[in-house]
Amino acid sequence: MLSGSFSGNEQAQRVYGFWVDPKIVEERVITILDYGMGNLGSIRNMLNKIGADNEITADPLRLKQAKKIILPGVGAFDAGMRRLRESGLLPILNEQVLHKKIPVLGICLGMQLMTEGSEEGTLPGLGWVEAHTVRFNLPVDSKLKVPHMGWNSVKLCKTSPLFKDSEVERKFYFVHSYFVRCRNKDDVLLHTEYCYCFDAAFEVGNVMGVQFHPEKSHRYGMSLMKDFSEL
Amino acid sequence: MLRRRVIPCLLLKDGGLVKTRKFSNPMYVGDPINAIRIFNEKEVDELVVLDIEASKIRKEPDYALIEQYASECFMPLCYGGGVRTIDQARCLFSIGVEKICIQTGALGGISLIRSLAEQFGSQSVVVSIDIKNDWLGRQRMYASSMAKYHSSNWQEYLEQIECAGAGEIFLNAVDRDGEMNGMDLELIRDVVCKVKIPVIVAGGVGSLSDISSAFKVGASAVAAGAFFVYHGTHRAVLITYPTHGEINTLIEDTHD
Repeated sequence: MLSGSFSGNEQAQRVYGFWVDPKIVEERVITILDYGMGNLGSIRNMLNKIGADNEITADPLRLKQAKKIILPGVGAFDAGMRRLRESGLLPILNEQVLHKKIPVLGICLGMQLMTEGSEEGTLPGLGWVEAHTVRFNLPVDSKLKVPHMGWNSVKLCKTSPLFKDSEVERKFYFVHSYFVRCRNKDDVLLHTEYCYCFDAAFEVGNVMGVQFHPEKSHRYGMSLMKDFSEL
Repeated sequence: MLRRRVIPCLLLKDGGLVKTRKFSNPMYVGDPINAIRIFNEKEVDELVVLDIEASKIRKEPDYALIEQYASECFMPLCYGGGVRTIDQARCLFSIGVEKICIQTGALGGISLIRSLAEQFGSQSVVVSIDIKNDWLGRQRMYASSMAKYHSSNWQEYLEQIECAGAGEIFLNAVDRDGEMNGMDLELIRDVVCKVKIPVIVAGGVGSLSDISSAFKVGASAVAAGAFFVYHGTHRAVLITYPTHGEINTLIEDTHD
């Protein structure tokens, strides 16, 4: 882990007793993006539990060198987009995801931000996926409640390195009032059912998004995070 | 389809896990962290942790302890007790709490619910409402931190808190608390039909069929304390939770 050369002016980080160049992010490290929204600690907890090296950062230098990125998010769409813009990280994030094709996993609001926009807000989304985020419109006489909150099972729609075992039944913890609708069926990774069938996850090349919270979904979440860490 | 939830509810006092009967006589049960670890291993749906004296004595949530609890939970954690400000909520969310449960804070003013919902989203705001029978047998709203009845009409209050942006209601039948003698199904039915948001119900679970009955009258989730913490007529402390197969049976019975 010893770095190559670095000048005395560069800030060095002391990690495990070795000095490392802060611009070098190890291959196996998952970068959890801190842009002010999302339960970063919970995601870190689960990654630690499964032994996946990770770091929480808002540092553009670290993001520039990231090898895998998690985009968390809890809260409202416009607030999320605004925070992302204000963080100054957007240009680097777009470069990493759209040009360098770094694997990125969006969780909950993070997944929704990857779409073109949301009925929840007025700001445009990141537009990484041909999809829109829409509100649950339940029939007036429906006994079902919004938000969709609790454990629900998912159905795998295509093979994916994120779900190596296609036979296993999976359930995850959902909590959301808006959901993603992909225009291309081929982009949809998981379906789930709540009043109607909707897209619970998408995968388009290096861009992945899950509506549920893997970090709060026990073994099912751990399995997904493990597969993501092994990409 | 969405599964109904079965949620252990842990009460904290002085950093210890306690259990009450009809919201009185808290008895020490053990170290909360052990119970939380066991519930996590049993892969419970969700966990509610309530500090029952924080509002009473106006103390801050114990963030260090709560952060420790959150780090043991790979399921959603709801914390309640002494939350009155946005800053407290922000701190709790940052240390790994998914939802905040408020009662005293909301009784002090609906605006707290609105502010929390606007800042953090409705889904993270649970408003707790305790219902207790008065000496005339009327169901009245009970402000448990002050140990007295609140003057508000609970039906109107339910409407107000839903309008203000609460994501869930946590309904406690005070007289059934800790008795393990069955839930107040009529009360649950009355509350569920008044709101469009999910209702978590608590108070009186003594058997799996009590949980099933609550689901059948519309509860989105059932929380229990004594049932998951005590065993047998002598109330020996034993942490239990139904198996996933048993929960599947309860849910299938509900024909959702």
